Amino acid sequence: MISVFFAYFALMSIAAGVLTVALKNPVHCGLALLALLLHVSGLFILLNAEFLWAVQVVVYAGAILVLYLFVLMLLNLKTEERYFHASFTYFLIPAVLGALYIMALLLRSPFGGAKGDAPAEAVLREGNTFAVGIKMFSEYLLQFEIVGIFLLGAIIGAIVLAKTPKPIDSNLRDR
Amino acid sequence: MVPLSAYVAVSAVLFMTGLLGVLIRRNFIIVLMAVEIMLNAANINLVAFSYYLESMAGQLVALFVIAIAAGEAAVGLAIIIVVFRGKISTNVDEMNLLKW
Repeated sequence: MISVFFAYFALMSIAAGVLTVALKNPVHCGLALLALLLHVSGLFILLNAEFLWAVQVVVYAGAILVLYLFVLMLLNLKTEERYFHASFTYFLIPAVLGALYIMALLLRSPFGGAKGDAPAEAVLREGNTFAVGIKMFSEYLLQFEIVGIFLLGAIIGAIVLAKTPKPIDSNLRDR
Repeated sequence: MVPLSAYVAVSAVLFMTGLLGVLIRRNFIIVLMAVEIMLNAANINLVAFSYYLESMAGQLVALFVIAIAAGEAAVGLAIIIVVFRGKISTNVDEMNLLKW
């Protein structure tokens, strides 16, 4: 059953990713990106990460994507005739070859390592959100604060950049 | 039971798709969307390893990645608005002011 869901979410997210890159109209690309984000959140559910699923739907699909669509509507872009880079075939062939090579390496490697301290039963007893919160506010508190300050700086930077520039003051220029 | 390498393979395919999008598209907004695809691929990788190695650290780093993606989107779109105001174009080939 889980394999069926995994196959659905994986294939749909890859298809949506390819459509995001390949579609012509930027708004259609945004909607394909929305499909990609929702299917990736489905993969998170299969991996017992319910909190990350909620964050993915609320923050990514709800906030970031709406920001993209908002700017798209604001700029009123016209669809261009040639929307790929002029020499895109030179990028396409190495990318496909590299993808096949990396895929062969990935499917052959065993992937193991030391197990951590959060087995699935222990996480499910208290819930995934509880486990994430305990870990975040004990071991990762400094990183949490750094991300908070980073977001504040990003918001201030975005406002300063996007503000309408003030016309130069005439008596300031005379001096 | 889905093996870990299946998740890693999905993530690799999505990452290559995003990388290809950054390289071949000419619209700046689509390039930023392709960067979001790459960040999502990294998130799938982190959460899959977090589940299979029974550690919470991967999910927390994925959370931080989402926060940084939000900041990147805000600043990137502000830059697009500034460029669009000056040149009326979002084509990455025409943005060569810093090139010498």
